[in-house]
Amino acid sequence: MTGPMKIGGMRRLKRLPVSLLLGGLLTALVVGAALLSLVWTPFPAEQVRVVARLRPPGPVHWLGTDHFGRDVLSMILVGARNSLAVGAAAVALGAVLGVPLGLAASAWGRWGDEAVARLGDLLFAFPAVLTAILLTAALGAGAVNVVLALGLFNAAVFARVARGAALAVWRRDFVRAALALGRGPLSVTLVHVLPNIAGVVIVQGTVLFAVAVLNEAALSYLGLGIQPPSPSWGKMLGDAQTFLFTSPLQAIFPGAAIAVTVLGLNLLGDGLRDALDPRHRSAGLL
Amino acid sequence: MPNRQRRAALAITMGAVLGLAGALAAGPVLAQAAPRTDPARTDLVVGMRLEPPHLDPTAGAAAAIDEVTYANLYEPLTRIDAEGKVVPGLAERWEVSADGLTYTFHLRKGAKFHDGTAADSADVKFSLDRARGADSVNAQKGYFAAIAGVEAPDARTVTVTLSRPDGLFLFHMASGDAAIVAPESAGANKQTPVGTGPFKFERWVAGDRVVLVRNPDYDGPKPALERVTFRFISDPAAQVAALKAGDIDSFPQFDTYEALPQFRDDGAFTVMVGTTEGETILGTNNARKPFDDVRVRRAMAHAIDRKTLIDGVLFGNGAPIGSHFPPHRAGYVDLTGLYPYDPDKAKELLAEAGHPDGFATTLRLPPPIYARRSGELIAAMLAEVGVRVTIEPMEWAPWLEKVFKGKDYDLTLIAHTEPLDIDIYGRPDYYFNYRSERFNAVGAELDRTQDSAKRNALYGEQQRILAEDAVNGFLFMLPSATVQKSAVQGMWVNRPIQANDVTGVRWK
Repeated sequence: MTGPMKIGGMRRLKRLPVSLLLGGLLTALVVGAALLSLVWTPFPAEQVRVVARLRPPGPVHWLGTDHFGRDVLSMILVGARNSLAVGAAAVALGAVLGVPLGLAASAWGRWGDEAVARLGDLLFAFPAVLTAILLTAALGAGAVNVVLALGLFNAAVFARVARGAALAVWRRDFVRAALALGRGPLSVTLVHVLPNIAGVVIVQGTVLFAVAVLNEAALSYLGLGIQPPSPSWGKMLGDAQTFLFTSPLQAIFPGAAIAVTVLGLNLLGDGLRDALDPRHRSAGLL
Repeated sequence: MPNRQRRAALAITMGAVLGLAGALAAGPVLAQAAPRTDPARTDLVVGMRLEPPHLDPTAGAAAAIDEVTYANLYEPLTRIDAEGKVVPGLAERWEVSADGLTYTFHLRKGAKFHDGTAADSADVKFSLDRARGADSVNAQKGYFAAIAGVEAPDARTVTVTLSRPDGLFLFHMASGDAAIVAPESAGANKQTPVGTGPFKFERWVAGDRVVLVRNPDYDGPKPALERVTFRFISDPAAQVAALKAGDIDSFPQFDTYEALPQFRDDGAFTVMVGTTEGETILGTNNARKPFDDVRVRRAMAHAIDRKTLIDGVLFGNGAPIGSHFPPHRAGYVDLTGLYPYDPDKAKELLAEAGHPDGFATTLRLPPPIYARRSGELIAAMLAEVGVRVTIEPMEWAPWLEKVFKGKDYDLTLIAHTEPLDIDIYGRPDYYFNYRSERFNAVGAELDRTQDSAKRNALYGEQQRILAEDAVNGFLFMLPSATVQKSAVQGMWVNRPIQANDVTGVRWK
């Protein structure tokens, strides 16, 4: 069985929506920066040189230096890596926990379904950032706990989305046919349901990725996220706060990095949805 | 699923909020006119970083309580003046017996509480007995520990007998913790404070300000100001904006040091940088491996570059220290040269102590900006010699609970702002977990000594012992920066105690 998904999905990809192009471009830029930081940064991102602090952008330090004399460009590049790593881990954790749960709920019938839905409601009652603040306050600040907190929230979102999409698939004829042929629920879930909800899950993943990047920045800004000396965009913003009057550029660069990343991921998500989901084909942002 | 426009808009808005809102907000503030200076003014608005939890200095350790009430609203028997000297407070004079065990205080005639009742020896006896009682909630009960008895032979005389000599007794009796309160009003002082000072309480707008007005019945010299407002602004950027907008007349203990140059360049403002009693240290758990080895502690001392730290954290506004004693005090010994910055020497010492590849440790940081920034720089410096530091930022409550009380930490970073507090190294249950018979022997001698030259020599000895043992990383003195309108005169330049004494402030 090659999935019916291809009929609806792959053809659409050929007509690339503008949001997909722009989103992909911005996301590629950020991913490129993160990859670049693995092999090269203009200066070591953690190198402190107080005598060279608060330099404006110039030929040596392209984006200037911060209050400890660290090279801002290097910090932005490594910060991209840190942001994406936390975002990706939070999304992966959410998907690994949430998608099977959502699929199981759709297959289990009423009681299991109710249980998963109520559990999701419980998690949704707390905003993700608040959950993360509570968790980091209890377990201590740091990237791992941020991933845990955001991942938990993401799991609830994934479970809800996967369940909703899967319920629709279960009612379709080819699934009923498979069941009638004597396939078990596990086999039907893996062979028919999962491939058909993959598009929705991927779109949701990119959106949650953007939210995770934003939340990680917010937590690092509050001092709860990625810990120094490892650079993070949120921490850079927090540090820049007292320099707003004297060196406003300190806030602009990490702020722009966050905006570009989140915007790029959101546009990418929108574009992917347009491409993968026939019901949304006409509406384009740009 | 929310629609795409909302999500895209959200992304842009959040990015802007995080990155640009502050910068944009700064615009209109900068555009405002320079602050007015009106020569006829008799009111003053003082900026403070933190709001006091309540207004009873005899029942709380928060510095913000004293920063509003000390010398303005309450008076202790003695007082600390702008130079850090003990001067008369509610007691206009006093005598000390030759054996140092009996103190006789003579109270000011005509001293009255703000509710109109007389401030006499019975109130002093009440206040001291209350502070040293079994159910006392005083934050500095140790200040009163040596008191054996308080007598009130007549309405204006108080005799205090001590069980042992206490060289710092007059100094401690000058603290806000020893403020004299009345039995009729003491219970309500947290919300409606009643003292004997030249200013009395008018109102407290929670989260915003406390207003004091001149006490017309004060028996001493009348202050020039009629009304003093203490405004609480915790956000550094908002502090700068409030000063620039002219909403704040004077901001003592201003800790956004990077903003000082822009006020120095502006003729409408005066910037004063003075001293505090805040020895800033890399607090080290001397009981925990590997810090129980003096070679490791000395290696860390060699690995820390104080000059870079002072430049990076305080923007040059601070003096380095080599032990737990402020350079501006008599008795100071300069020990900053004992462990010069030398990463190679540090590595050598670490290897000698059995850590040729360094070790991993954690640094728990309380919230103040000096602590967070110093911690970040020190982590980078220690990394140079192979010590891998994990930074754990903490809020005040967990820091006090875990580090200060629970002694559950490797390293921490904090300024000890109490004056003349070198004796903390002799406390057996203090969070450094430091024990030294030598240090304690000198401390016992200090308690028996009244002569100031001899006392200073003993202080010197204590400083040397602490430096040789490298108990903590001794870093720098926290500076006291005051930013104010140029026409304000009489604010303290230095902070010998944590207080904003405005009794001598006037407008030019």
